[in-house]
Amino acid sequence: MKHPKATLLLQDGREFPGWSFGYHGPSEGEIVFSTAMVGYPESLTDPSYSGQILCVSYPLVGNYGIPTEEPDAEGLCTRFESERIHVRGLVISDYSETYSHWSASKSLGQWLEEQHIPGICGIDTRALVQLLRDEGAQLGAIVPEGCPTPTAFPDPNLENQVAIVSCQDVIHYGSGPKRVVLVDCGVKHQIIRCLVARGIEVVRVPWDYDFNTLEWDGLFVSNGPGNPALCEVTVQHLQQAMAGSKPIFGICMGNQLLSRAAGANTYKLKYGHRSHNQPVRQCGTDHCFVTSQNHGFAVDTATLGPDWEPLFINMNDGTNEGIRHKTKPFFSAQFHPEASSGPVDTEFLFDEFISKL
Amino acid sequence: MLDNTLRKVLLLGSGALKIGEAGEFDYSGSQALKALREEGIETVLINPNIATVQTSEGIADKIYFLPVTPAFVERVIEKEKPQGIFLSFGGQTALNCGVELYRSGVLARHGVQVLGTPVQSIIDTEDRDLFVRRLDEISVKTIRSHAASSVEEALAAAAEVGYPVILRAAYALGGLGSGFCDNEAELTAAAGKAFAFSPQVLVEKSLKGWKEIEYEVVRDRYDNCITVCNMENFDPLGIHTGESIVVAPSQTLTNDEFHFLRKKALDIVRHLGIVGECNVQYAFSPDGEDYRVIEVNARLSRSSALASKATGYPLAFVAAKLGLGYGLFELKNSVTQTTPAFFEPALDYVVCKIPRWDLAKFKGVSREIGSSMKSVGEVMAIGRTFEEAIQKGLRMIGQGANGFVCNKPYKVEDLDWALQHPTDTRIFAIAAAFESGYSVERVHALTHIDKWFLDKLFKLETTYRELEACPSLAAVGRGLFLRAKRQGFSDIQIGRVFHIAEEAVRQRRLTLGLRPCIKQIDTLAAEFPAKTNYLYLTYNGTKNDIVPPYGAQTVIVLGSGAYRIGSSVEFDWCGVNAVDTFRRKGWQAVMINYNPETVSTDYDSCDRLYFDELSLETALEICTVERPFGVVVSVGGQIPNNLALPLQHNGINILGTSAEDIDRAEDRNKFSSIVDRLGIDQPRWQELTTMDDIEHFVAEVGYPVLVRPSYVLSGAAMNVCYSDEDLKTFLEMAVEVSSEHPVVISSFIQRCKEFEFDAVADHGKVLVHAISEHIEYAGVHSGDATIQFPPQKLYCVTAARIRRVAAAIAAELHITGPFNIQFLAHQGQVKVIECNLRASRSFPFVSKILKLNFIELAVRCMLGEHPLPPDIDAFELPYVGIKASQFSFSRLGHADPVLGVDMASTGEVGCIGDNFDEALLKAMISVGHRIPKKAILISSGNAIQKADMLPACQMLHSKGYEIYATWGTWRYLQENGVPAHRIRFPNEAVEAYRVAGGEGAEGNGGAIPAALDLIRKHEVELVVNIPKNFTHGELTNGYRIRRAAIDFNVPLITNSRLATAYIRAFCNLDPAALPIKAWDEYR
Repeated sequence: MKHPKATLLLQDGREFPGWSFGYHGPSEGEIVFSTAMVGYPESLTDPSYSGQILCVSYPLVGNYGIPTEEPDAEGLCTRFESERIHVRGLVISDYSETYSHWSASKSLGQWLEEQHIPGICGIDTRALVQLLRDEGAQLGAIVPEGCPTPTAFPDPNLENQVAIVSCQDVIHYGSGPKRVVLVDCGVKHQIIRCLVARGIEVVRVPWDYDFNTLEWDGLFVSNGPGNPALCEVTVQHLQQAMAGSKPIFGICMGNQLLSRAAGANTYKLKYGHRSHNQPVRQCGTDHCFVTSQNHGFAVDTATLGPDWEPLFINMNDGTNEGIRHKTKPFFSAQFHPEASSGPVDTEFLFDEFISKL
Repeated sequence: MLDNTLRKVLLLGSGALKIGEAGEFDYSGSQALKALREEGIETVLINPNIATVQTSEGIADKIYFLPVTPAFVERVIEKEKPQGIFLSFGGQTALNCGVELYRSGVLARHGVQVLGTPVQSIIDTEDRDLFVRRLDEISVKTIRSHAASSVEEALAAAAEVGYPVILRAAYALGGLGSGFCDNEAELTAAAGKAFAFSPQVLVEKSLKGWKEIEYEVVRDRYDNCITVCNMENFDPLGIHTGESIVVAPSQTLTNDEFHFLRKKALDIVRHLGIVGECNVQYAFSPDGEDYRVIEVNARLSRSSALASKATGYPLAFVAAKLGLGYGLFELKNSVTQTTPAFFEPALDYVVCKIPRWDLAKFKGVSREIGSSMKSVGEVMAIGRTFEEAIQKGLRMIGQGANGFVCNKPYKVEDLDWALQHPTDTRIFAIAAAFESGYSVERVHALTHIDKWFLDKLFKLETTYRELEACPSLAAVGRGLFLRAKRQGFSDIQIGRVFHIAEEAVRQRRLTLGLRPCIKQIDTLAAEFPAKTNYLYLTYNGTKNDIVPPYGAQTVIVLGSGAYRIGSSVEFDWCGVNAVDTFRRKGWQAVMINYNPETVSTDYDSCDRLYFDELSLETALEICTVERPFGVVVSVGGQIPNNLALPLQHNGINILGTSAEDIDRAEDRNKFSSIVDRLGIDQPRWQELTTMDDIEHFVAEVGYPVLVRPSYVLSGAAMNVCYSDEDLKTFLEMAVEVSSEHPVVISSFIQRCKEFEFDAVADHGKVLVHAISEHIEYAGVHSGDATIQFPPQKLYCVTAARIRRVAAAIAAELHITGPFNIQFLAHQGQVKVIECNLRASRSFPFVSKILKLNFIELAVRCMLGEHPLPPDIDAFELPYVGIKASQFSFSRLGHADPVLGVDMASTGEVGCIGDNFDEALLKAMISVGHRIPKKAILISSGNAIQKADMLPACQMLHSKGYEIYATWGTWRYLQENGVPAHRIRFPNEAVEAYRVAGGEGAEGNGGAIPAALDLIRKHEVELVVNIPKNFTHGELTNGYRIRRAAIDFNVPLITNSRLATAYIRAFCNLDPAALPIKAWDEYR
């Protein structure tokens, strides 16, 4: 099949020529890169990518197609991380039009087309990654041939992406002796699956819901897209909850919001952590873990309050990877213990959380 | 943290290169030694493989060129008293030796601590029964397997699991003795053979058609665990991973599958308690999520070398550091220098490993590949599409392919059969199938290869068809041209479509502005800046990662390519030493090579490494970027040598001897007229195109003659013919004779000595030389011969003649750099048989014996330094070096294990002794011989050979050995007063003896034992079988005896000169009392 031409356009005017696949229409957003080598169905449906155009550095994408999604009895996606694609566009090098896998029902291109997400292939993704690494994440657009070139590049980080991807209503999942309220900042379904599978009743509430009005044994703050500074409502709710001493666990955005609630600052990383191979070390131990990550902002450990301490640290660049309260059962991880996609080495953190309930 | 009690550590090497255990262990061992040295720990290395880089000066503190056997290692331990020992860097040889030393209590007795993975964990992974039990403990599925200690037990087990079954031998190299069996008869035969190598066999249900996936895992003593790389076999389960095309990372696994298997691998490695590196191999069902663990290798392996090269993660180096006590978090990623070694590499390219087979060199061997290894080397190709990587790889294996398509027609009678039965050429059967209209589905149904791979290959066929549809190259648009390049089409390949030369395609390509770009391998997919010099070329990109420092003076050294029979680790040593010398002299040295088993492709051994093709196209592209002062073509064997002229024609400066002079030596006719003009003798030869001419020439020179066809239909490429009948049979059976395919016939001189002349010359003047002497008479390929240096039986007058002739040739060809001449010497006369203006196979051997680095001198000559001739005389050396060849016939089922004019060995060792006997014994033990204690079988060829063997037989008798001999030999020995037991040839019926009254049966209580029975029951400990001549017999008696010796693992010698020397040596010396001396103690 012949693909029409397309251009990846950066805000500053630089262009990367390639071919269009998936949806043939323009799209703009913040261009970020991931070095993960597998897991494109999971990544594309990860709400944390809301507002972003994803460049995958691994050149061969689409190899195993896209599986049919069949929600489970709880209404959770079994193969995706949410009900729809959240990236605004996909940038790759070598697209596998033909795919091969027992579970696949369509190609990556078909799926993108169905969901109106443009893709561009034939890009020197390594060169693009180097550019993003050296100059920081950029705004840009995928412009298929014949489509109008965008004139403005609104910064998705100025919008509250969390509000866009969070659920609108309270949703219940699972059953069990303990109840966990899950604050949905853009939660990946695997997180809910990890909790439900451990016999927990999960109450998923919107990001700005005042969960302090509910009864719960534990509080969970989910991952989510964009800038944590735009979620002050959630932070205030958290501070209120932290007056008590019921267990709190946060992941990714959850780590950032918990940190802000603990008085710390967050800042934007130059190009973020998006990969399956981020090494973290548990502070004060010789235990190291390979983790899956997807975040553009980080916690400034130095600004943490006196009752808090770092729990994990990134071994590549020394950035914060988690915090914990010195006395109360509050802790969080910047990485993704639920994986999906990525390594599952830190899933034990869910057990740790549940053991504290 | 570093264990501070370690001051001296012993490392076991893997010995000679053999099928299943090759150059990867030179690389692993070298890295481990480097890691130890960095810690200031004194290192002792035992490895008889003298051609390796690890046995070079400055890598280990003490080097012992001794067999890696428990007896020798124990004596080295007694002498050196190390605190620690590494077992995991020398392949199965080192591991097995170490386990024996542990079991016998030697290590404990001498207080030697095994570093890295504990021996119990090794035993848990090696003993299949234990292994299954250990994995059962953590509910990890293994292949249902039943241990059997006899053929009967094996049959019973197979009946239980159901056919087809796979048979595996425990404690075996690279799947030796393994095989699929469809029924009882096949199992009975296979089990019989396997028990010759192993006391235990495993019978397992076959999982043919499943995917095969592998993970390389690293664990430290703090229980931190990572997987450095995963790999997927192109071929489905059933083909040994060493025999399969392999890609990294996996291509057809989803995230869930990838991480499910990864997690299992970590669980397994933690449970087994590995410290260091290991790999986990899985069978993975293609239609669900079922899996089985195939095996775990608790040591560095072929796959780990590949994974190191595929990712840039130095597995062996890290494993060594972990063995010393470090945690992964305490070590740095050696590529970025800033991030830690605790991470998992992210790739932004795909690599493709393709095995290199040399099956055509062996007569009788089956071309089918399966669960046991037959390949002798491998290549790794890097690209940013699968198509690019595999097409590069198919060219790299160096067997005439231009890529996946555009090759010579694939001739096969039954294409479906060729697809169903994996052989060394199945990939080309797939190409042929696509060309003749097979669909991807149909090929998948026949091969079970995942459709993803087949779809990608089909795209190459599609591009080929689109190119072919263009009337000319000029009509190929830039888009299609670019697509072809991005899919890895070479200029030659595109040229083939239009029947035009490579040069024309290159010009067109450059006109269109199509150039590859240079990308780095940096372990983190560009996430962090890396100063890596590990590079490859790709057309799937728009930006170069590097700009070479143009101010610096740069040279490019061309490496050796895939290991193959005839070109192996010795050329890697030459390449590494050339690069070292340039760097020491302040030059930037760039290496081009694509063999993942080498040290030269270790990115910290040179200034820049291009892991890419050794082709004119690629070399020119690299030269365009590097702008080198010159290119070295003379240290990597024949592949770079062949590039000399084309490179020079494209304006590239060839360092050392000029390309024209190299060509004058390479071109048979030009060289012949030169030696004629110089008055140098050579065996008479002619290049002939008709049978009439051949008959005419043979009538002139007389038999025997050496026949070298240029086109071979089947079997060995060269042959010696002793009669009209031989010649006719060979030419009719094996060869095509035509003006297109001429045959070179030369006169073959019998019972003639052969000498190697290795030297370095400076502007036509020989600067240094080494004459070494073959133990065997000429007729055994120089790569197979046993070689002594300094020569032990060389007349002064012959030596002087050799020197004179060599000096004349060096002057005539204006040689600057390394060269090698092979001489025949007969009754004081010398004849030149071959001359190569490049380093030869024996360069590391003579350099290390003389303790004078020939390559270093050669490089200095190339740089115009005019070094002074070293003051050294080999004839004054108070010790002897013996280079012996390693054969891998046990891997090559049915191949006739006989030595001839075509090379058959896969590796070599070089040992040193105070005298000839000592050096020879060490060398023979190093290549797998076990000194016989009581019984020897002798079957000794024609009358002259029988006479040759007589003194050795007398010696055996006087030493109390029992000699078993076939009829002719027995009679000859009787006549000459050497008692022997008569035995039957395979085709001699028992009945015939009873009728004849059983001549010679007296000593056997009336029954004459069959030779094959004695071998099968291991009642003889050495078989000496001398073929009558160098013709390739059919299924003769001799063949069956030789093959039985191989199949039942009884040492075999097929040459009377070598047999005599060996017998004399073990009769003269007590092997248990051989001196244990390090290399530097020979002075």
